[in-house]
Amino acid sequence: MKILGVETSCDETAAAVVSNGTEILSNVVSSQVALHRPYGGVVPELASRNHLRLIDSVVEQALFDARASIDEIDGVAATYGPGLASSLLIGLNVAKGIAFAAGKPFVAINHVEAHLYSPLFANAARGALPMISLIVSGGHTILAHATAIGTHEILGQTVDDAAGEAFDKVAKLLDLGYPGGPEIQNRAENGNPRAIDFPRSMLHDGSYDFSFSGLKTSVLYFLRKNPRSRTGDVCASFQEAVVDVLVGKTVRAAADLRVKTVSASGGVSINRRFREKLGAECAQRGLQLLLAPAALCADNAAMIAGLAYYQLSRSGPSDFSMEIAPSMGLGAGGFSCQHS
Amino acid sequence: MITSQPVDTHSFEETLRFGERLGRELQRGDVVALFGDLGAGKTALVKGIARGLGITQEVTSPTFTLVHEYTGGRLPLFHVDLYRLDSPEQALAIGIEEYLNGPGATAIEWSEKIESLLPATAIRIRITASDNNVRRIEVA
Repeated sequence: MKILGVETSCDETAAAVVSNGTEILSNVVSSQVALHRPYGGVVPELASRNHLRLIDSVVEQALFDARASIDEIDGVAATYGPGLASSLLIGLNVAKGIAFAAGKPFVAINHVEAHLYSPLFANAARGALPMISLIVSGGHTILAHATAIGTHEILGQTVDDAAGEAFDKVAKLLDLGYPGGPEIQNRAENGNPRAIDFPRSMLHDGSYDFSFSGLKTSVLYFLRKNPRSRTGDVCASFQEAVVDVLVGKTVRAAADLRVKTVSASGGVSINRRFREKLGAECAQRGLQLLLAPAALCADNAAMIAGLAYYQLSRSGPSDFSMEIAPSMGLGAGGFSCQHS
Repeated sequence: MITSQPVDTHSFEETLRFGERLGRELQRGDVVALFGDLGAGKTALVKGIARGLGITQEVTSPTFTLVHEYTGGRLPLFHVDLYRLDSPEQALAIGIEEYLNGPGATAIEWSEKIESLLPATAIRIRITASDNNVRRIEVA
């Protein structure tokens, strides 16, 4: 069963074709990072306008790369939330239009849920469930316990800033480029992660929640008091603080719930230090680690098409009256809010 | 409670309580325009506003998605963050006017980016972080 997926929840215009929830036949992401760089940040107006300009050619490219005509597609899926309303509208309506015109089932997908299950799509290791899943990106930092695809509970999430946002804002404080993650990672290579003792917020509070706002403020105050500090040391010490909390809470959740598999997805999960430390902790504790491949970490449509296969098989198609849900969360029960 | 005298808060919880008092008084259509640098405490103040409105959901930073919407309180709260934007035109392109005339209360972080679009009735709040965790809050 081949699903065409469309994703326009934030800054990326993306389309992909995935077979049976695992085989990625195409994965087109019209990355706008290069376009945005001169502005020192992602500029959503350009993003929104670009979705409209790019969506047709991105969908066509995805079908072309997959060597599939629309007749050979068995369903059309799109993200309906969470995200920016004006951006979500474009992808959702294009997908509905294609599905309706071609007489195919339409599937509305929760973007965060697609991130959650993305480590499974490429690893073909569905026997690995239950798993503790960390979703960590520019907009989200969520720890969840998934027992089957579409069945999960949220253990904790950030109470203020997402981890990726902290990377970007600290990069801004240091006058580094955008996006902040790769810049900080690269400078951290030449720095001492123990040079500055930045706070590990909430690491030992017993909860699975995260907080990165105080860390950002700590870096701000540190830079004010130490304007001549080595950037490499600040980057390495900041990165270490973020990674310690992310890894610490994830492996503790696995121990507490006696779950033997851990997964990580989302843009921040590509961070080298994060992968290294999570990998070492999991190896030491005998945990199986599933990492989403890099192509599925940043926002993409393959994860949308991947999850849509399971959702279509289990819950059937979504109604064409389904509207965008910009502020939707991960949901407590899986395939959340499908028929609301 | 709206005072022209600056208020100094000395902790996250105090900033939150300031926001909470403001939240209790907000009316449908009110716009709270927040001004202040990274780490000033803008999101903390909005957390307080949400609490004052009786919203129990966790308020998190909307930097990436630009707008978070909270229902379940006395009024809906639209939490807008313009950090990633450069101009009022970009704010219009994401539909900012719908939040300036919204069916609830709207709190806008990085309001300096849309100075020309702010309604005359907006409650303008500047937060400045000095050392030792002190935040100066000025309401205009």
